[in-house]
Amino acid sequence: MKVLVCIGHVPDTTSKINFANNDTEFDSNGIQYVINPHDEFTLARAMFLKEKQGASLTVVNVGPSTTETTLRKSLAIGADNAIRINAEPKDSLFVAQQIAKVAKDGAYDLVMAGKESIDYNGGMVPGLMASILGVPFVNAVVGVDVDGDKISVTREIDGGKETVSATLPVVIAGQKGLVKEEELRIPNMRGIMMARKKPLTVVEPDGDFTMTEFVKFEKPEVKSACKMVSADNVGELIDLLHNEAKAI
Amino acid sequence: MSVLIYAESWNGKFKKTSFEAISYGVDLASKMDSEAIALTINAESVEELYKYGVAKVISVKNDSLKSFATNSFAGVVKEVADSISAHTIVMLASSNVNSFAPSLSIEWDASLATGVIAEPASFEPFTVNRKVFSNKAHADVVLSKENKVLVVAQNSFGVIENEVSGSSEEFNVSPSDGNVSVESTEMASGKVNLMDAEIVVSAGRGMKSGDNWAMIEEMADLLGAGTACSKPVSDIGWRSHEEHVGQTGKNIAPNLYFAIGISGAIQHVAGVNSSKVIVAINTDEEAPIFKAADYGIVGDAFKVVPELIEKIRTLKG
Ligand SMILES: Cc1cc2nc3c(=O)[nH]c(=O)nc-3n(C[C@H](O)[C@H](O)[C@H](O)COP(=O)(O)OP(=O)(O)OC[C@H]3O[C@@H](n4cnc5c(N)ncnc54)[C@H](O)[C@@H]3O)c2cc1C
Repeated sequence: MKVLVCIGHVPDTTSKINFANNDTEFDSNGIQYVINPHDEFTLARAMFLKEKQGASLTVVNVGPSTTETTLRKSLAIGADNAIRINAEPKDSLFVAQQIAKVAKDGAYDLVMAGKESIDYNGGMVPGLMASILGVPFVNAVVGVDVDGDKISVTREIDGGKETVSATLPVVIAGQKGLVKEEELRIPNMRGIMMARKKPLTVVEPDGDFTMTEFVKFEKPEVKSACKMVSADNVGELIDLLHNEAKAI
Repeated sequence: MSVLIYAESWNGKFKKTSFEAISYGVDLASKMDSEAIALTINAESVEELYKYGVAKVISVKNDSLKSFATNSFAGVVKEVADSISAHTIVMLASSNVNSFAPSLSIEWDASLATGVIAEPASFEPFTVNRKVFSNKAHADVVLSKENKVLVVAQNSFGVIENEVSGSSEEFNVSPSDGNVSVESTEMASGKVNLMDAEIVVSAGRGMKSGDNWAMIEEMADLLGAGTACSKPVSDIGWRSHEEHVGQTGKNIAPNLYFAIGISGAIQHVAGVNSSKVIVAINTDEEAPIFKAADYGIVGDAFKVVPELIEKIRTLKG
């Protein structure tokens, strides 16, 4: 089984978000980059497919050379090899097209991504890829079992869960719940040493299709000061919520 | 030319989000001098939609669409959009919509924007405002293709009543077979769905133990609210993952959000700061949650929450 895991290179969740060039682009000054948190869950789940079912694991990212630290980290966690598609990730369609091409050329059986990236939050790339490849797609996945060419996938739906089955190849978008929190992987020293010797292939992008363009960014308005109510008079809070905020 | 609005239903009944979709789509259509047309799939009756200003409803009834697959839903919505020469499709975010919107945009050769929080700021070029960086910022995005699919974030536009007299027609489709088979569905019973909840009572590590949640649930019950929690609370297993809100959990935007014993870390606030009103209850007056809140009480949850429950009980009579 060949598994392709999409790895996002995103600002650390504690990052203060600022914009540059007249608010037309993200200001990466002083930003620490990490593996997209949802992708940590898919990568950890993919590691079980490798360890328990002998899957081969390739990680892929569309980005400039600065994203290689994140790919190396994924190799240190245990992926077998990495592919970097050497391009600015212009929009979701562009990224999906590029990864779909790699997935098709490499004849991967299972493509795993996180349900969204925490920077642009599109939640589109996995579904776009599946559609471009013409294969089934399951979103918000919290459970996966592969048996031969059959896959059983559990996804979160509004107010519950649903389990579906399909025949490989399949694209899934994972999230928290896919593995337990304590099963998330942190690279160890041996992994980091080994990662240095693992292949990281750089491929050039193919085609240039986009559907959207980010033209301007802004930060939400700052809230006005919080109205404090004394702990000795909680009834006042209920009054305010009822009469002033009209929220209850 | 027309705007097609997908009014989603579940077990034949409209989801609350479908009314917001209609409200958004009707207003958008009027600004674009287009006709607003709603699409329902396996909804029992469509009359309810007229209340939100749509006068024409296309009703698709098909047994094979009773279970969900992205390819069959995308195919049907595209087929209907083409039949009415739509140029824009409006949908409200939900688990199924988020799942099939990308496929629809490929099949229909459309530009897709998700997380949309306002009507287009301009039509030439077609520019919408959407959430980015987990709601720490917003962005204007230009949709460059002729056809557009907009997935609007829940509770960002609101539901607007605007009763019209309308009519509906049945539309026959021949959906492709779903490329996944549904084996089982398991719904959480008797609970308010967190994504649909008008009010959310959320609690954090300040509750000290998972055994202390009875008061949180009681308060939520009284208010008809959903319950949520911070990330560490679901990591430790005090509450289930479905309740985790924040940058790496659910992004919610209820009318009223109670943060009880939650410090207000940047990752937590990112997921809840679109709530209309935020109330913080925390022993630490320096807790960052008070910067995100509209109302606050510095106090011990174990004393404050039971008192709140009594006051709410009195209010609700
Ligand atoms: C990659 C990453 C992603 C993350 N994503 C998320 C996310 O999506 N959502 C999220 O929530 N967090 C997220 N976090 C975690 C986040 O950084 C915080 O650690 C977390 O939100 C803190 O949870 P808490 O407020 O429940 O706990 P704490 O920070 O421990 O705060 C507990 C609060 O309770 C108060 N308190 C204590 N006792 C009482 C009492 N008796 N009555 C009232 N108040 C009391 C304390 O004053 C304190 O403010 C993420 C972290 C990382 C690194």
